[in-house]
Amino acid sequence: MILVQVIVGGLLLGAIYALFSSGLTLIWGMMNFINFAHGEFVMLGMYAAFVMVLWFHAGPLAFIPFAAFALVLVGLLVYFGMIRSVMRGPMLAQILSTFGLALLLRYLAFWIFSANFVSLPPTALRGTIRISGILIDVPQLVGGVTAAALTIAMHLFLTRTRAGSQLLAVAEDRAAAMLMGIRPDRMQALAWAVAAGSAGIAGALIAITYPFSPSIGEVFGLTAFVVVTFGGFGSVPGALIAGLLIGLIQALSAFYLGPVYKDIAVYALFVAVLWVRPQGLMGKA
Amino acid sequence: MCAFLTPLRPAGMLGPSNKSDDTLGPVWPHWGMRMRGNILARLLLLAGALITAPLAHAADAVKIGILWPLTGNAAAAGQAAKAAAEVAQDIVNNAHPELKGIPLADTAGLPNMGGAKLELVFVDHQGNPSLAQQLALRLITQDKVNVLFGAYQSSCSFTSTAVAERYGIPFVIGDSAASNLTGRGFKWLFRVTPIATDFADAYMRFFDDMKKQGKAIRSIAVVNENTDYGTSVGDAIEAAAKKNNMPVAIRIPYSASSSDVSAQVLQLRDKQPDVVIFISYTSDAILYMRTMRSLDYAPPMVLGDDSGFSDPSFIPAVGDIAQGVMNRSSWDVGKPDSTTYKINQMYKAKTGRDLDDTSARNLQGMLALADALNRAGSTEPEKIQKALRETDLKPEQIMMGYRGVKYDQTGQNVLASTYLIQLKGKQYEPVWPEKSATTPIQWPVQSAQH
Repeated sequence: MILVQVIVGGLLLGAIYALFSSGLTLIWGMMNFINFAHGEFVMLGMYAAFVMVLWFHAGPLAFIPFAAFALVLVGLLVYFGMIRSVMRGPMLAQILSTFGLALLLRYLAFWIFSANFVSLPPTALRGTIRISGILIDVPQLVGGVTAAALTIAMHLFLTRTRAGSQLLAVAEDRAAAMLMGIRPDRMQALAWAVAAGSAGIAGALIAITYPFSPSIGEVFGLTAFVVVTFGGFGSVPGALIAGLLIGLIQALSAFYLGPVYKDIAVYALFVAVLWVRPQGLMGKA
Repeated sequence: MCAFLTPLRPAGMLGPSNKSDDTLGPVWPHWGMRMRGNILARLLLLAGALITAPLAHAADAVKIGILWPLTGNAAAAGQAAKAAAEVAQDIVNNAHPELKGIPLADTAGLPNMGGAKLELVFVDHQGNPSLAQQLALRLITQDKVNVLFGAYQSSCSFTSTAVAERYGIPFVIGDSAASNLTGRGFKWLFRVTPIATDFADAYMRFFDDMKKQGKAIRSIAVVNENTDYGTSVGDAIEAAAKKNNMPVAIRIPYSASSSDVSAQVLQLRDKQPDVVIFISYTSDAILYMRTMRSLDYAPPMVLGDDSGFSDPSFIPAVGDIAQGVMNRSSWDVGKPDSTTYKINQMYKAKTGRDLDDTSARNLQGMLALADALNRAGSTEPEKIQKALRETDLKPEQIMMGYRGVKYDQTGQNVLASTYLIQLKGKQYEPVWPEKSATTPIQWPVQSAQH
């Protein structure tokens, strides 16, 4: 029984990992652009939700869309204000620009919201469901289901819609895409909007369960990189599977080996997987 | 660099309101107006892109270099401690005749040094021991501070005190509790706070008292974060338990930056200890309370070892589900009109909330240091060291529940001690030892939920 509980907890945690990683895989995998500020996007999503609750006593049905909307704006702002020009520069400038952006966002948040941990007040999403002795945290369950839905939606968007195909075309060969009449600028702005928006949703959902402070982005940012690398660059379903797998391994190793060993277990497997499959679980070689 | 990256204002805007009503109610909405106004004000300020000018330097000040985690996981505690240090600075630098008994309160500045003021130089080690080491070096060699003070996390105190020892600069530890800090033969280290073994002994005496009252304590569990602080307090408790024939059902070390603690809670639920002692920092302490609730686990007693449980974010975040949780504290606000109450008011005016134990121990540390600086009458390191060694503050001269301040050969304050407190409503109340209790102990912590 306790094994089932550990597995359920691990999978729910893994779904949360997958949730905040899906946006990163879009930017990283589809645009070959590493966004170090992704964890900070998630953090901003948390604070967007927090501000909505604080000012308007909004419920989850209001603050989750608001966080998504706010982060879409942030994503567009970042793209047009910074990324567009940085992409013309050398590779190193691209990498360091988002690193700087991450620090800027983190310390702005420190300044505006102070360093204290905050958490959202009890909402309709609090509580625990008991299914034949197994306890499931409602916010985690909602987060997990949303993660899966979001991931599938993103996958369908990329593979089944015109805009998705155009996005992939730009990633593959910018010049050829332009010859086909696709405007790369618009497509990339769209990618940033979608990625940031999903980070916003992720942040709002995670904020329901976890206490957070402006430095929370570090924790989630790093995990997101691991999930995306593990799952395979550019593979949205890969991010979901990798997230679930990492959550599961962490839970099992923390319970059976002890919490201090859980990261060792995860990263040992991580290195092993990359050794055998450098492109990640579901990435293309 | 790091000093420039720290927030420009002390924390405290998002803290709990300090309404003295002790009805439980929803803890959260009380944060309301103050915070809203603050966030709005900051957003407006930001829009105006105002840059605050750095503070002007005083002429003949005594420079104290202070190392704290002003960002990172323990930032809230670091920011609260920073505000406390600034209150201590205010008490020493300005005349406060209303604070009876506190040395240097009624005069402005340090009288033996011609009214010299204290100047505080804050740096942010982010809870990173190697950064703390580098910053200590920078404070000594570049900022030319006269004394060092810090450093919250024991691991950071461990590395930074070694630098001070090498350069022969006095280092006063306000709140780091790991036993191994003293006992390294250091000559320049002075620690005002009680330490891990003091706490472990207090816990065992408390368990004995409870057993005498007929409470069942068949075994305890120790859950500790795995850096110097958690490990040394955990070790001290395990050793004291062994000496007192108290079985330790399970010992769980973990990393404080975990984003999930359910495995630990399931392990605890499996072992069924009667008391669970958490030695945790802030976010992990909050997560434990939430996870225990969601996994429907409630041991008869939960005892938090200060730190995370005293963090200003703890009660607003989980006060409703952590009712009856015990904690340790050497700090008690006291009755209106008392000196402690007035000091608390000064802190409250600055931050909007009450002093917590950690910040109060730092405030006391600063005051004890200022007393020594004044007696030294000079900024020469040797004279400060000698004055620190000769420190002998009486209970009526201090603000904490210590029996005084007096250092032994290793630099440890041998008169330090602690109360135990219990979360009732929206604040902790002293419940042990019985003579300092304001309210009876509630045991078990919550009625079983099954």
